[in-house]
Amino acid sequence: MDKITLTINGQEVKATRGMTVLEAAQSADIYVPTLCHYPDLEPYGGCRLCIVEIEKMRGLPTACTTPATDGMVVTTESSAIQQVRQTSLELILSTHPCDCLECHRRERCGPYDICLRHVAVTDRCVVCPANDNCELQQVADYIGVHELRIPRDTMPRTIDTSNPFFDLDRNRCILCARCVRACQEITGVGAIDMAYRGYGMKVATFGDMPLMDSICRSCGECMVRCPVGAITPKDTVLPEREVKTVCTYCGIGCSMYLGVKDDKVISVRGDEQGPANQGRLCVKGRFGIAEFVNHRERLTTPLIRKNGRLVKASWDEALDFIAGKLGKYRGDEVAVISSAKSTNEDNYVMQKLARAVLGTNNVDHCARL
Amino acid sequence: MAGLVTTFGSGASTNSIKDMSDARCILAIGTNTTEAHPIIGMNMRKAVREGTRLIVANPLEIPLVRDADIWLQHRSGTDVVLLMGMMKVIVDEDLMDTAFIEERCENYDFFKDSLKNYPLSLVENITGVPGEKVAEAARLYATNSPAAIFYTMGITQHTHGTDNVIAVANLAMLTGNVGKPGSGVNPLRGQNNVQGACDVGALPNVYPGYQPVNNEDIKEKFESAWGARLNPTPGKTLTEIMPLAHEGKIKAMYLMGENPSLSDPDSTHVREALRRLDLFVVQDIFLSETAQLADVVLPATSFAEKDGTFTNTERRVQRVRKAIEPVGDSRPDWWITCQIARRMGASGFDFEHPSQIMEEIASVTPSYGGINYSRLEKEGLQWPCPTEEHPGTAILHTELFSRGKGHFVPLEYRPAAELPDDEYPLVLTTDRSLFQFHTGTMTRKVRGLNTFLSEELVAINPGDAEALGIDDGDKIQVISRRGEVTAKAGVTESTPPGTIAMTFHFAETPTNELTNPALDPVSKIPEFKVAAVRVQKIGRVAAKTA
Ligand code: SF4
Ligand code: SF4
Ligand code: SF4
Ligand code: SF4
Ligand code: FES
Repeated sequence: MDKITLTINGQEVKATRGMTVLEAAQSADIYVPTLCHYPDLEPYGGCRLCIVEIEKMRGLPTACTTPATDGMVVTTESSAIQQVRQTSLELILSTHPCDCLECHRRERCGPYDICLRHVAVTDRCVVCPANDNCELQQVADYIGVHELRIPRDTMPRTIDTSNPFFDLDRNRCILCARCVRACQEITGVGAIDMAYRGYGMKVATFGDMPLMDSICRSCGECMVRCPVGAITPKDTVLPEREVKTVCTYCGIGCSMYLGVKDDKVISVRGDEQGPANQGRLCVKGRFGIAEFVNHRERLTTPLIRKNGRLVKASWDEALDFIAGKLGKYRGDEVAVISSAKSTNEDNYVMQKLARAVLGTNNVDHCARL
Repeated sequence: MAGLVTTFGSGASTNSIKDMSDARCILAIGTNTTEAHPIIGMNMRKAVREGTRLIVANPLEIPLVRDADIWLQHRSGTDVVLLMGMMKVIVDEDLMDTAFIEERCENYDFFKDSLKNYPLSLVENITGVPGEKVAEAARLYATNSPAAIFYTMGITQHTHGTDNVIAVANLAMLTGNVGKPGSGVNPLRGQNNVQGACDVGALPNVYPGYQPVNNEDIKEKFESAWGARLNPTPGKTLTEIMPLAHEGKIKAMYLMGENPSLSDPDSTHVREALRRLDLFVVQDIFLSETAQLADVVLPATSFAEKDGTFTNTERRVQRVRKAIEPVGDSRPDWWITCQIARRMGASGFDFEHPSQIMEEIASVTPSYGGINYSRLEKEGLQWPCPTEEHPGTAILHTELFSRGKGHFVPLEYRPAAELPDDEYPLVLTTDRSLFQFHTGTMTRKVRGLNTFLSEELVAINPGDAEALGIDDGDKIQVISRRGEVTAKAGVTESTPPGTIAMTFHFAETPTNELTNPALDPVSKIPEFKVAAVRVQKIGRVAAKTA
């Protein structure tokens, strides 16, 4: 690969040709504030927070859209940069319920505390599903927010709760278009777009229908890329720990993390390193696992048929009953049906049981169906 | 699978999911990819946006049609004719890869000869696709190399499914589209571990690693590995087992995590067969329609509660990890099976952890020889991976085919076993929905997924619907020679005239009571994709608003 060297904030940075200035800086652990940038989406250049100074270039180019070149000299912090960043941030905040961002008590604020600034309960960070996990909070903390110099636009915007798995609350939307680009570039569905211009601009489906009546496939790829609390899952419980595993539905084998709390599966997250899926999941993998794993109809004890009815039994009773009976048949009188949903290890011992113990090759599974 | 074994020597997907982005042309035949394999559907759309040409061959207007350069809407069951027609064009116009054919393949002349039976006029007649469109698709595929082919049940679920697969393989060999990135023949596996279940020997004719049970040397090898006398006669397939159970010849069945009372063709007959068993043991996570018929039901853990491995559609063995403790008194499948074996006095089932089972798999399965849990901890491995030093295999048949030379097979057109007639004038074909999975044992437990699709909708063309006086949302009866079911009608242009499409996700509408159990003679896959039916209106029910 083609190596290049550039200087960022006086530091020599090795990069690969084809990287943007932003990617080069990030590869050297130099922080540049961003909101519309997302690693697997095409550069957009919408929020203008990632602006930098580059020698021999006019103005303040956006790092996320500018290709890095050999010998480039970049500065990511200066008073000129800071001023423009603040203006850009103010523009974003003028339509955002943002008073909490200016408040030094934010981190300590609980949902039932009385707000000294009279911020409406619904507008407070502490009640937002993205709280503590919000890129706008991070960026605002980095750049610093003062009193807004432009008037606030407090017009209420519509909330779309039609999807069974996630909500779109446009009041918190910062119009970064990551969701729109995800739906275009990642899924190829194109269910949503940035509709209308100026103050009326919003994320909308074709014909401004609720998501459920649109062509949306409910994959949630938009949701995972939303930097703020605008697209959020209906259940947002933070897991205590995450365990890496593989999806149980189709044969693609998406790698995923199951989030666990109180010994229950409560969330699913795509694994960006997953060789088959690179972080992506479909609706079944993302939203269709926790509920069936924890379902109340799960079988929890062996059952044996007695007088025509299936009644509870102990493992010893059930296993001894089966072992006692199975041995009585000739090999060709028995069949073992294994499962394409079970693991390799489960299947291996099944066919070994059939062949080595029951003396039959009558072993199959549903691959044909 | 049998079709690919005959031609290439291995039934597995030839290429990796990721290398699709290298393809300059994709032929998606008999796969509703965006619904059944969503992530691969996303990849296809991405490839198309970046310039890859896409040919979709499907009787139904699936969502991917919108992204396609060419849509071949051939009649259900006419794939062989369509593909042979394309190959005739390629040969006639000298677009084949002669060097590849000469160096890597055999039996070409014999095959080439058989193409003369497929003039475009005949192809047009049988498939319903205009000859010029077939030719155009052939040129697009042959001149944009590398080109990759993807297929699923739409190809295999026919009485001539093996022929369909052979036709696909012939097409790939003819154009040299094997053994390099972005090319190949890729069957997409439906369930998460179909590939792995086959790999480790959950098949009646082969031991783990596709080693034939009727080969004396192989049998001896397994006898010494397992310390047991083994039966040299290949066993019966699931679709043969059910009739044998019905006849009383098979008396006992031990079934793990399957729901054949909904998924098998002619499922009324299957339920009867299961009831006649002397001993029926079912091991599952829910009391499925099938488990309700059992004598003993054993509660298994879900994938979230156990360690193990799944092998995905690109032959990648990946680690499944236990996230939570078993629900209730449920147990991992492997543990239960080992307990039964041990209580029958068998040795060789003293495993304490799945990693030990994988060690044994690796020791008897050459293609898994280098796979173990400590390697899998870092990353999944694609078989063949014969030794611990081997990095795994992303693309099959790169220098030689698994069987040595790629084998061309001449093909004859055989119509579907059951064709529409006056009494049963419509063709029923089965389809899948993104929001439900298989017989719904898992997905129907998820309320959110049910809001998308909670009952069967029979897709029917507006023309057919009008002729039968059926409106969208009407309750209708679908009747075949084997049974009848009721469901709501969904009137849609996506289904061609003369064809209706149904899923089999719903117990209330057991579609497979209608389907035809006629089997492909080689692969023993039933003909799900074509059954003759008639439809009649029952009464009007208000369409439910989601
Ligand atoms: S999105 Fe939510 S957490 Fe982020 S700043 Fe807005 S209200 Fe606060
Ligand atoms: S859920 Fe998926 S399909 Fe729906 S809008 Fe988001 S990205 Fe698009
Ligand atoms: S919904 Fe989220 S991702 Fe979409 S534009 Fe608004 S803030 Fe950005
Ligand atoms: S997340 Fe969806 S595409 Fe991925 S393996 Fe699961 S079912 Fe298949
Ligand atoms: S991150 Fe560069 S403009 Fe938004």
